[in-house]
Amino acid sequence: MTATREGATFASGTATDPAMAPHGMTLTLRIWRQKGPADKGRMVTYQVEDISPDMSFLEMLDVLNEKLILAGDDPVVFDHDCREGICGSCGLMINGTAHGRGTSGGPTTTCQLHMRKFKDGDTIDIEPWRATAFPVIKDLSVDRGALDRIIQSGGYISAPTGTAPEAHSILVPKKDSDAAFDAATCIGCGACVAACPNASSMLFTAAKVSHLGLMPQGQPERNERVINMVAQQDREGFGGCTNIGECSAACPKGISMENISRLNHDLLGALRAGARPKS
Amino acid sequence: MVTVTQPGQRRTPKAAKTNSVAKKAVMAVSGIILVLYLIAHMIGNLKVFAGRESFNDYSHWIRTIGEPAVPAQTTLTIIRIVLLAAVIAHIWAAISLWRQAKRARPNGYVTKKAVAQSYASRTMRWGGVIVGLFVVYHILDLTMGVANPEGPGTTPYDRLVAGFSNPLITAVYVIALVLLGMHLRHGIWSATQTLGQSNKRRERTVNLFALVFSVVLIGGFLLVPFSVLFGLVG
Repeated sequence: MTATREGATFASGTATDPAMAPHGMTLTLRIWRQKGPADKGRMVTYQVEDISPDMSFLEMLDVLNEKLILAGDDPVVFDHDCREGICGSCGLMINGTAHGRGTSGGPTTTCQLHMRKFKDGDTIDIEPWRATAFPVIKDLSVDRGALDRIIQSGGYISAPTGTAPEAHSILVPKKDSDAAFDAATCIGCGACVAACPNASSMLFTAAKVSHLGLMPQGQPERNERVINMVAQQDREGFGGCTNIGECSAACPKGISMENISRLNHDLLGALRAGARPKS
Repeated sequence: MVTVTQPGQRRTPKAAKTNSVAKKAVMAVSGIILVLYLIAHMIGNLKVFAGRESFNDYSHWIRTIGEPAVPAQTTLTIIRIVLLAAVIAHIWAAISLWRQAKRARPNGYVTKKAVAQSYASRTMRWGGVIVGLFVVYHILDLTMGVANPEGPGTTPYDRLVAGFSNPLITAVYVIALVLLGMHLRHGIWSATQTLGQSNKRRERTVNLFALVFSVVLIGGFLLVPFSVLFGLVG
């Protein structure tokens, strides 16, 4: 059936194809509505009809919002930008899993989760990321500035800018560059925090520490980086890591738990070397 | 994403001592000390199969290691101090991180489903509390004898047989030991991660080792109460 394939077109549909059926899926949505940071918030039930299996999850929410706007209601606020799974803006807790990982069958962002993963008549619970460090702005939109502040505390290298140096002037082992690249695929969506039973940002911080720590350019600030980034994540009110692995399972980029081990290794080394977080 | 942090947004920094990763390291190291003790404890228990004399002699030997060079109970006292310190450090780190996790998400999800977590990892905290309470009971029962059917002032072998002849007491031990096994299964993996010794290649091996080690250790411990219960030792 073409409708189950990514990018199935309407042209290939037949009369029995769900994509061509006069009526698509009817879904019951239970969505977290919260007027603002101070509001208590509650789950509100909505019904959406005519949902095509080819729609993305966000397009389905667009359909709901069109309906709400026409009815004169307040549309549901949610974060989104590229809708290509690369910017890290979108992120919803769908039926209890980050980015709907429990439904998707593979690593995904919310925008790349398609409605074909759901069945007609399904009830879908939609909630924002929940963590003290991610205060709700409105409805499903949360402030992930805490992750930016972790980056500001050490997720960079201090190097003079200007003309790019000759690429062969500093050699990097292939193994290291591959591992660094894998870590660098983090898009900072916050799914790791959302999925973690402790609301810990360890996978995020570990990805950044690994990404720079494996590169020759990251060495001069390696100790300060890890110590300051971990101090900042504690300061932001994230929980501690208990190595459960929900983060890595929820990560749209499949960033592995080995990065957390690498962060721990670097942090203990930095503490032994006498590095202390800057205040 | 560009976010400009206002000076007011930066909260008061805390010292390195509140570092969550350092706390985890305390948890891991104290846990390793306790696991090493458990290995010795399990092997020592197997002395019960060598008979009443041998088991009681072993118990007496533990209290006299190093004599006459050192006064009686010196070695045992040192072991007890190290264990007590490890237990206190382990509990302190656990409570501190538990509270941090609670503060990190005071209001939970309406719907939350696990994708990857194991039963062992989910029961670390309450399982740990139960194992801790069990250790208190276990010391009152077999070490001090005050909670033992035979009472204090009896030989270790008599206390052991009297206790495990009761199916209810054996059941308590079995439940606690199974919980301990699960605690170790996740704990060994977690400690390896925390001390920075894991990577993608080792991950499978570490997890397999944690499982096999826990099964063998707990199996060794369970051998004794079951042997008493089924009359193989008496």
